[in-house]
Amino acid sequence: MSAEHTVRPELGPTVSHDLSERDIDVLLASVEQPGSAFRVVTTVLVLIILGAWVLFSRQILYGLGVTGLNQPVGWGFYIVNFVFFIGISHAGTLISAILRLSNAEWRRPITRMAEVITVVVLAIGAFHPVLDLGRPERMLNIFTAGRLQSPLLWDVSSISAYFMASTVYLYMPLIPDIALLRDRGARPRWLYSFMAWNWQNTPRQREVLERASNIMMILVIPIAVSVHTVISYIFAMTLQPGWHSTIFGPYFVVGAIFSGIAALMVVMIVLRKVFHLERFLKEIHFAHLSKLLLVMSLLWFYFTFSEFLTAFFGNEPAEIRVFFYKFTGPYAIPFWGMVVCNFLIPVVLLSFRRTRTIPGIMVASIAIVIGMWLERLNIVVPSLANPRLALPSGFYIPSLVEWGMFVGGLATFALGFVVFARFFPLISVWELREGQETAVSETAERVASYLPDRLENAPTGETT
Amino acid sequence: MARWGMAIDLDRCTGCGNCMAACHQENNLAAVGPEQTEQSRAFHWIRLVREVSGSDAHATVRYTPTLCVQCDDPPCVKVCPVHATYLSEEGIVGQIYARCIGCRYCMAACPYNAKVFNWYEPEWPGELKKKSNPDVSLRSHGVVEKCTFCHHRVNHAREQARAEDREIRDGEVVPACAESCPAQAIVFGDLDDPESMVSARARSPRAYRPHEDLGTRPKVFYLEEQE
Repeated sequence: MSAEHTVRPELGPTVSHDLSERDIDVLLASVEQPGSAFRVVTTVLVLIILGAWVLFSRQILYGLGVTGLNQPVGWGFYIVNFVFFIGISHAGTLISAILRLSNAEWRRPITRMAEVITVVVLAIGAFHPVLDLGRPERMLNIFTAGRLQSPLLWDVSSISAYFMASTVYLYMPLIPDIALLRDRGARPRWLYSFMAWNWQNTPRQREVLERASNIMMILVIPIAVSVHTVISYIFAMTLQPGWHSTIFGPYFVVGAIFSGIAALMVVMIVLRKVFHLERFLKEIHFAHLSKLLLVMSLLWFYFTFSEFLTAFFGNEPAEIRVFFYKFTGPYAIPFWGMVVCNFLIPVVLLSFRRTRTIPGIMVASIAIVIGMWLERLNIVVPSLANPRLALPSGFYIPSLVEWGMFVGGLATFALGFVVFARFFPLISVWELREGQETAVSETAERVASYLPDRLENAPTGETT
Repeated sequence: MARWGMAIDLDRCTGCGNCMAACHQENNLAAVGPEQTEQSRAFHWIRLVREVSGSDAHATVRYTPTLCVQCDDPPCVKVCPVHATYLSEEGIVGQIYARCIGCRYCMAACPYNAKVFNWYEPEWPGELKKKSNPDVSLRSHGVVEKCTFCHHRVNHAREQARAEDREIRDGEVVPACAESCPAQAIVFGDLDDPESMVSARARSPRAYRPHEDLGTRPKVFYLEEQE
């Protein structure tokens, strides 16, 4: 430990050191020894993002004409990626809140990364509708002349609430770790001493932190569910074939959590490799998460099946036109690709222990992320391309600008993680520590409380 | 107060396309050119939708002049986030170009695909630029626009009637499309006035409204002999 170590024992019990110094060194390596790789990766990512903005400048200069959008396909990549990125954001806070709420002990090394995904991706996703505006400079009309009756306003409210909540929910459990970095003298010192909020690990502080985390984790679940529900409402509230569906709310939420967990797994596997976290993110964590992923895959299929069977069986002309546009028409490849990526590959790979290994999980997760992106594409474009009137089907070929912004969005996601890892630990050190100090005894106690009461201890009324 | 409506007799329509041309001139619609049209960005407030049926030997071609049907319960107005599209007191669905943020949600929600978007700054080649109609405001890039039932002509007629201290007469307001129609297939007027020509046509057994099942209550009627 460095000379600047300033934990004052009189303020509270000092942390015990079950987690060895070497463990902590590994966990904080990304902050304390960033190395030249950090600079190289950041530079590459920033260049990619700058390139995307250079492409995008044409849209600012000339208008939305530089995209592949048209009439009737007025929404394309920007809206697809908006729905996709916001969907990914459900991994994080929601999963971490549910795991904390259900006392799942294996959550400890996972929650931080999940929360980071949410904040980074939510910021990217929420920016996409702005890219899609014909007059982005008039965006503030939403606040000065906003109509709360419009589903778009529901989105603005819900997403900003989620962004606030998930940022706070990421920051609060980060405070003890920031204090640890402050105490170890990590640079820049002003950043850590400012952000540590004078954390001294006193019992009072820990109590406040725990209570605040408990409030946030319960608050964040309904907000997260509302976010993708109202995103589905953008589509479901119109009368358009393929969109006007009552199951869209839960369908979108399931898809969001599904793609979110898959993205979380990809991130975990990559970061585990890069930062040598194998001893913390163990096979068992991936096994547990992959079972959750398998359940979500089956749920996703159930919703998709119900949605399409209803459209097919009803045989309404406008609906069936969209149906066959996806099944056998121009969107057959994205549609069947989606079914393969979201259902066949993950179910086959995750059902058997032999393939439920880290490489198998990686393949399944990447397939799901691609499949869920295809699903968003399949929802947005075919319905717009097939109007009710007797018009020929529309087409949509995304332009270079749109592809550029897509790649730029992905690069921003990576950059968000790189920058976070540069300044903050990717695995919650204090929560791991807490786990080692108390989890075993607490879990044993909890399990003991599930067991049948012994006869002499049972309430008298029931023994007669 | 009037409730403006239109009746289009498809049995009279010859598919000549005069209505489209007149509308373009009257309402200062941008000339997007063949390149943009290739990209499916043709720019019309009224257009002829062509349907071909029957076999190759006996093909039947049917043209339907399609425009904003000015719903009484418009799906586009419901979804607009900034109140840039609205239903006026006289039943015309208007668009406030200076407020529209260009999100195109109204276009996505419209079951009639009646709205168009300015993908680029509007342009008029050559002489066309000097011929713009001073009664109709020009639009800029990035906003949605749509048929207004030639509301500037309605306003003009209303002022005239007020100056002469009388009601607007039936047939006094004629939108550019109706005016230009050589077959006199398009009739415009007050649907609340039972004496008006348009209400008489709307009551015809041949009359129907497009996609009545959606509950949007359009104010454009089509007249067609059913087989």
